[in-house]
Amino acid sequence: MAKFQTPLLDQLESGPWPSFVSDIKQEAAARAKNPKGLDYQIPVDAPEDLLGIVELSYRDKETHWKHGGIVGVFGYGGGVIGRYCDRPEEYPGVAHFHTIRVNQPAGKYYTTDFLRQLCDIWDLRGSGILNMHGSTGDIVFLGTQTPQLEEIFWELTHKMNNDLGGSGSNLRTPAACLGQSRCEFACYNTQDICYQLTQDYQDELHRPAFPYKFKFKFDGCPNGCVCAMARSDFAVIGTWKDDIKIDQEKVKAYVAGEFKPNAGAHAGRDWGKFDIQKEVVDRCPTHCMNWDGSKLSIKTADCVRCMHCINTMPRALHIGDERGASILVGAKAPVVEGAQMGSLLIPFIEVKPPYDEIKEVIEKIWDWWMEEGKNRERVGETMKRLSFQTLLEVTEVPAQPQQVRAPRTNPFIFFKEDEVPGGWTRDIADFRKRHQR
Amino acid sequence: MADEDVVLDFLKGKSAAKSKFYFKDFLPLFPDKGPRDVKKILTKLVNAEKLEFWSSGSTTMYGLKGAGKQSQAEGED
Repeated sequence: MAKFQTPLLDQLESGPWPSFVSDIKQEAAARAKNPKGLDYQIPVDAPEDLLGIVELSYRDKETHWKHGGIVGVFGYGGGVIGRYCDRPEEYPGVAHFHTIRVNQPAGKYYTTDFLRQLCDIWDLRGSGILNMHGSTGDIVFLGTQTPQLEEIFWELTHKMNNDLGGSGSNLRTPAACLGQSRCEFACYNTQDICYQLTQDYQDELHRPAFPYKFKFKFDGCPNGCVCAMARSDFAVIGTWKDDIKIDQEKVKAYVAGEFKPNAGAHAGRDWGKFDIQKEVVDRCPTHCMNWDGSKLSIKTADCVRCMHCINTMPRALHIGDERGASILVGAKAPVVEGAQMGSLLIPFIEVKPPYDEIKEVIEKIWDWWMEEGKNRERVGETMKRLSFQTLLEVTEVPAQPQQVRAPRTNPFIFFKEDEVPGGWTRDIADFRKRHQR
Repeated sequence: MADEDVVLDFLKGKSAAKSKFYFKDFLPLFPDKGPRDVKKILTKLVNAEKLEFWSSGSTTMYGLKGAGKQSQAEGED
């Protein structure tokens, strides 16, 4: 029988989606049975107590977790987050319930052996409850106690050759889409740059010295499977410069109904015959496409790489050959200020190992933000406070039309005298001859 | 005075009022040094177990080892 009655949590299980409540109940039952005969290093009933305190929070409509703590592994300022509950006598199994972030492999590829090892560590030394994955991208181990932290860290690093992720005022665990390993739209090797920058910036990942968190995310194309533009301070999004490649015969085959649009992704109901005009050409956000009944044409200068036409007809259209990425800076969720999307800083940059050009931009941003950023201010907020133009100056990126969403709506660029040929010294007496006060 | 002692003296001088400090709080102690150099001093002190990190999960702060609310105070041994 359950340790606590949890009517409010039970209700959550009645919804149409898989429920975390069911998962925790399942883990509680498994730990009570202990089929492997483990010598559990934290209370066996931690999942039961977790259900109990979450139920209490739902009833009270306030949290029963305290805020942070001095916990971690030696030398690391991130990767472990102290969590204590404020009703330890009633829920001793979660009195100390620290979180550990485990750096996920690039593209989130695992062997089943790796997953089993993770679960074995966590069954023995933690609550057995984990997130695959947290919104940071990490594997998140939920709930252990201080004496277990170094043990877990040693096993992860020495037996599994795997590191902790980032938390706190650190570079957070970089995240990438699965890129060229599976996807024909990927414009660069997202997994490689993610891995390389994780290695190169170990100091930033583990030893906090930023004003607040800083996230990299790498999307191979503008479809944005890791949502870099919305979720990372520094988003690298694959793009191309030349024309979308068109196979006119395959376009005709789509029109004739020989291929399913969207690779059959919306086959759950009958949408009628595929209509290229309505479903592709008219949906183009910049109206840069034309279909004359036998030939599809695209005006590349007007294309904004929205990916809609390519997604709809992947066998007929393909990304261009001159590939690289756009860099956007400053996306964030609301804390000090409201949520914001990334702002385009560099319209096109080549993405090739050893990625020195990209690292140069990153480091210039860090140097500026570490000097100028206020405590708990994301780089997007510093950028807003001190102006996008200042960001252009510190990164030595020239102002470009692509950075302006629409003419005369966001005039953040002001020319300085030394940027204008001849400057703007003028004779005020001469000016007054033509202009009265 | 050694750079490490400047940090330790600063923290001891403030210990009655505060036990945790943002990274930026240390920058004015070394007006001639950039953030990366100051970080090296703090890292050295953490590795020498004279400073320790406090983390809320989203923000990290530095404090003297043993100062402020420790895990023992939360009932952990």
